Amino acid sequence: MILEMHDICKDYPVGKSVAKILKNINFEVEEGEYLAIMGPSGSGKTTLMNLIGCLDIPTSGTYFLNGRDMTKLSDNQLADVRNQEIGFVFQSFNLLPKLTALENVALPLVYAGVKKAERRERAMEALKIVGLEERMSFLPNQLSGGQCQRVAIARAIVGRPKVLLADEPTGALDTASGRQIMELFEELHRNGSTIIMITHDRNVAENAGKIWYIRDGVLSENETISSEIQEYGNPAEMQKEKLADGTYEQTAGEENRQEEQAGGNTDE
Amino acid sequence: MNFTVTAEGKGEWGMFENIRLAFQGIWGHKLRSLLTMLGIIIGIASIITIVSTIKGTNEQIKENLIGSGNNVVTVRLMQDGYEIDMEYMGVPDGVAVMDEEDRLALEELDGVKEVSFYHIRNYTNSVYYVNTAFTGSLYGIDSHYFTVNDYQINYGRSFLEKDYEERRKVAVVDDKVSKQLFQGENPVGKTLEISGEPFTVVGVVSKNNTSSPTINSIEDYWMYADTSSGAVFVPDDCWPIICRYDEPQYVSVRAKSTDDMTVAGNNVAESLNSTKITNTACEYKADDLLKQAADIQELSAAANRQLIWIAGISLLVGGIGVMNIMMVSVTERTREIGLKKAIGARRRRILMQFLTEAAVLTSLGGLIGVVSGIVLARILSGVMGTPVAISVPACVIAVGFSMIIGIVFGLVPAVKASKLNPIEALRRE
Repeated sequence: MILEMHDICKDYPVGKSVAKILKNINFEVEEGEYLAIMGPSGSGKTTLMNLIGCLDIPTSGTYFLNGRDMTKLSDNQLADVRNQEIGFVFQSFNLLPKLTALENVALPLVYAGVKKAERRERAMEALKIVGLEERMSFLPNQLSGGQCQRVAIARAIVGRPKVLLADEPTGALDTASGRQIMELFEELHRNGSTIIMITHDRNVAENAGKIWYIRDGVLSENETISSEIQEYGNPAEMQKEKLADGTYEQTAGEENRQEEQAGGNTDE
Repeated sequence: MNFTVTAEGKGEWGMFENIRLAFQGIWGHKLRSLLTMLGIIIGIASIITIVSTIKGTNEQIKENLIGSGNNVVTVRLMQDGYEIDMEYMGVPDGVAVMDEEDRLALEELDGVKEVSFYHIRNYTNSVYYVNTAFTGSLYGIDSHYFTVNDYQINYGRSFLEKDYEERRKVAVVDDKVSKQLFQGENPVGKTLEISGEPFTVVGVVSKNNTSSPTINSIEDYWMYADTSSGAVFVPDDCWPIICRYDEPQYVSVRAKSTDDMTVAGNNVAESLNSTKITNTACEYKADDLLKQAADIQELSAAANRQLIWIAGISLLVGGIGVMNIMMVSVTERTREIGLKKAIGARRRRILMQFLTEAAVLTSLGGLIGVVSGIVLARILSGVMGTPVAISVPACVIAVGFSMIIGIVFGLVPAVKASKLNPIEALRRE
């Protein structure tokens, strides 16, 4: 197993009460697997991605990445894990506007302490994989959205990470560019990369070999609504019930939706 | 598949790359950077101007005192720490009068080139020309005095051996006396009345200075006051005619070089103290010109030093400006910081990036300040005639200090940047 999560919970304080964003997440990913995690906006999938990507630590539970327990690492150790074991692909590319494509791709290697000549060589290699070696000296604003995302993918794979983590990688792209990105992921997968993609889009998710579903902080392999919600019939009913018995728990859904609106995220 | 981290590669990006990025950032916001640096520029420029003026004045004072070219130190006879005025205090007991043999012995001492003995009344009231009283110094000098002290004969002649042997009542005046007392008439052949005795003026002398003293302040004025009112010289053998007693002499010591002045003066004073004095209240003491220079320099520098503190306030204000703009910069670049953290930049690296940027910004401001300060000092010296000397260490310290300001005031924004939560930073637009 390259990645194991056991009983992962994530709570956020909301005023005096606590919002449970993730509830007892259990899942495993094998090396070379191509997995999509699907869920509607506000289901907790971004929080889950932050935990998988070691940007955040869980409230409880254990998380093993490549055999190490990520919940016990220091700030600097987590930074090193992000640098060397995880490759991030964001919805909004997040390229540094003043650096060329090549420099953007080489940036993680800088933090890894790789020497300049080797940095350049490996960044070129990564750009070749995404088919942009011709554009290496272009600035991000001279590239199209699809090209920017390919540069971002090159940056994610340049450090040869254990896991490639993509958050709505096609969310900001038109259909044609999106398809190209998906083809690129397909190719990386064929060449042995472990990919975890988080999306709300079924067409995108179906590119993956396996789909997990997340809804209201509960992860399951079944597409049908999660067991807890099934108990109540529908989410609205569940919330009513919980409010009624006095133990108010704001649902993860509401919490996340507010957050995302505030942040101006264009998930929907 | 996994690669190893090379230890020697760790620092490679570090400073150099941070500095390059900082310059890029400064160049990208030219106007903003300039405005941010303005406080530092003004502060450093003021300090450099003030320091240059202090240094210029000090060098001039030193030059006036020591650098006039003749390397002469005066060794005076002191009693209880004060110069003896024999007119009122009388001749001190236990101090021997010196003769030619003593003079030759003193010339053998280390650093000494030539020695002359003389008597002096600093403010005489016994010299008259017709009905006009002379208010200046009266000297009884040996035959070496004019040579040692670098006087030249303008009219007439100097003292002859016969003048000494026969105790002729002859006098030599300097050019100031010639101008003031004789109102421009040729004094040679005229008669001065000294202590009721007629003395015939035989010559006019003037000092052969390589540079004339510049009076910048009241202290300078007092420094040169006693020589500027003129001097009347008589042969030292005639001194008892005027003063009635054989008095112990003062000594003019010409050193071999400017650097030898202190040593030569002290050697002569020590030698005289051990051989000529039996009275413990009296001692010979060499003028310490370097110390006198330092004392005067201290006075003139003290006033200017206040100005440095005021300029320092400008630096403080400049530093706060830098802190403010760095805060803005951190906010503007939240996403960049978030991304860097997400792809593995440690806290320290983010911290260093912003610290470097602040330090580069203020160092650049310091550099511009130093250059403006030098230009300003030169302009000031041109307009107001104040002497200016650029101090290289002051310039280096100024730039270094600017850098420290950047680091100190950049610390808060840099820490803020390094502590940003990458999740929130990435979400921010």
